[in-house]
Amino acid sequence: MSEIAVPVGGKALNGPGKVLFGLTLLGIVLMIWRFAVGLGPSTGLSDGYPWGIWIAFDVVTGTALACGGYAMALLVYVMNRGKYHPLVRPAILTSALGYSIAALAIVVDVGRPWFIWRIPLSVDKWNHASALLEVALCVMAYVVVLWIEMSPAFIEKWKTQDTSLGNAARNVSGALDKALLWIIALGILLPTMHQSSLGTVIMLAGPRLHPLWHTAWLPLLFLLSCIAMGYAVVVMESTLASRGFGRAKEDKMLASLGGVIAYVLLAYVVLRIVDIVIHGKLGLVFQFDLYSWMFLLEMVLFLAPAFYLLAGRGKTRIGGMFRAALAIILAGSLYRFDAYLVAFNPGKGWSYFPSIPEMFITIGLVAAEILLYIVLVRRFPILGGAPKPLTATRRK
Amino acid sequence: MADRRSFLKSIAAAGTAMAGAAAAGVTGEAKAGERREAPPDAVGMLYDTTLCIGCKTCVVACHKANDLEPDTRTDDLHDAPLSLNDQTKNIIKLYKEGDRVSYMKQQCMHCVDPACVGACMIGALQKREYGIVTWDSNRCIGCRYCQVACPYNIPKFQWASAAPKIVKCELCNHRLAEGKIPACCEVCPRQAVIYGKRDELLAEAKRRIAENPGRYVDKVYGEEDGGGTQVLYISHVPFDKLGLPELGAESVPALNREIQHGIYKGFVAPAALYAALGAVMLRNRRSGKGADHE
Ligand code: SF4
Ligand code: SF4
Ligand code: SF4
Repeated sequence: MSEIAVPVGGKALNGPGKVLFGLTLLGIVLMIWRFAVGLGPSTGLSDGYPWGIWIAFDVVTGTALACGGYAMALLVYVMNRGKYHPLVRPAILTSALGYSIAALAIVVDVGRPWFIWRIPLSVDKWNHASALLEVALCVMAYVVVLWIEMSPAFIEKWKTQDTSLGNAARNVSGALDKALLWIIALGILLPTMHQSSLGTVIMLAGPRLHPLWHTAWLPLLFLLSCIAMGYAVVVMESTLASRGFGRAKEDKMLASLGGVIAYVLLAYVVLRIVDIVIHGKLGLVFQFDLYSWMFLLEMVLFLAPAFYLLAGRGKTRIGGMFRAALAIILAGSLYRFDAYLVAFNPGKGWSYFPSIPEMFITIGLVAAEILLYIVLVRRFPILGGAPKPLTATRRK
Repeated sequence: MADRRSFLKSIAAAGTAMAGAAAAGVTGEAKAGERREAPPDAVGMLYDTTLCIGCKTCVVACHKANDLEPDTRTDDLHDAPLSLNDQTKNIIKLYKEGDRVSYMKQQCMHCVDPACVGACMIGALQKREYGIVTWDSNRCIGCRYCQVACPYNIPKFQWASAAPKIVKCELCNHRLAEGKIPACCEVCPRQAVIYGKRDELLAEAKRRIAENPGRYVDKVYGEEDGGGTQVLYISHVPFDKLGLPELGAESVPALNREIQHGIYKGFVAPAALYAALGAVMLRNRRSGKGADHE
């Protein structure tokens, strides 16, 4: 397997690319419309359900799915597992895109975005008790950090050019090399902070959050599950990229990683069950109402991949790995959806279902993310494991 | 072997730092009891269900006093909002079950330790003079976290507007500044809702309960509930029937504050984690066995 990342090349917009482009455009048009008419006509939100899919999916779930860069950086740089290095750059790219899109979703979601500048700048007015403030600041900072972490991929390409851009790239390159370690450290610190704080944020719903989800351990549970989700996304991404772009497989690497993740998943499950038992909430698990079914479904989705990964430790069964990753993604996403929407109960008389434009804005954001990923890996040295031999004709 | 040992040491170092930060949050649970008291000059209102006749004069007066359009959306004729909403800060509801009937006035409770204030990122919502909880249009980003947090479902959002505001009772603080009392209290023909200092209102509520045995539920809602509120209720029907939730004596934001402060106090834990991460990574790089930086 080649350690060197090279651009995939090929046309930016093939068939599926055009569909993604169309969905992105539709999303942009709908966003403009949303700003013109306000949130009432454009969404299914209400005073009872002030947060919908833009927050629960695009921001809370989306940033957790964008934790691949975080999970890989932890492993490669902190735990010093250099062999996983080829996975880092593509993982950072999905993270950079995921977080940028989430940041955009926040701008679309808030009612008075013209005051967003106040969040980073009105330092004297910061409410230090607000977990949401911390999430907002960390996410803003992390988007910047991720693109800096990503920049060597761009600089590598531009450095070779004999333009002013090339000159600039050569100048920056040295300084960046020195600073990068501290930036990567920041890239581990920030997600640790805000992914756990996303748990603290919804904790404030207090009595309106179902007791099976409301616990003082929400921050820790959100942190553990986001690490597992980040890993799962790397598995999915690497499998899809190796198939779609004809790159060498990183299956072995991913399989040996699975053992670590199994323990993260188990730690999550143990924490949740211990919380429920010691706070006398066990009865709620067996009510077999919507909440208890949702909880049980979450548990199955967390435990199944944990056991699979434990049983198959070290073995490379890529189909199974892929399914385990899918289960982890579903588990973590469902947990976030439940905590932010399903288990949130504002009282009688309120209901929420996303409006069609609301859904298409989310779809547009996701489409934009995938499209940008494809374009960037085709143009810049991001994916490792170039097709062998290197001279072989590239898949279109 | 040496490689393996240094690997384990690295995990231990970074892991300890992180677990430290997380555990700081978890232990917050144990000492979440930090209790806030109402300010000494706290004002508020006392609503007595046994006196209210449901005339809704206060609803109309509240609209007027706050420059809000009367809400005629239900039948194009009457100012008859169905609930608190984007142009209604005060409402009278009717609870009816068999022959048990009671009116209920709903508006911001002006919590002693408000969840909405704990939520708001840059302090658009604040607990200010006399403990009144106010909203500042110059600081609101429209994130609606206050709506998620408020256990009484009070702050409302102008969904139909492209420049939406948060709408909620601010205890007529603009009238208080002119030496007047809240509009709803001024117009009530039966004195079912009265304005005053919180401790005096609390004493008055207890006096009424003591002097009329059997008439009231033996509790002043808001004395303790959810950490205490500055709007108090006494009632002849159970409070949960009136839509007042059972919150216990701890305020909603107390636990959150404990966890946020536990993890981020003086920014020590994050700074320590950052230093530990940097140190581990530097050592990894020097040892040269592991990943090179990208
Ligand atoms: S009732 Fe709700 S809006 Fe009013 S002060 Fe309390 S938390 Fe804030
Ligand atoms: S909507 Fe406005 S007032 Fe409410 S929490 Fe957000 S910024 Fe604060
Ligand atoms: S105090 Fe003023 S704003 Fe609040 S309910 Fe009464 S009239 Fe309305």
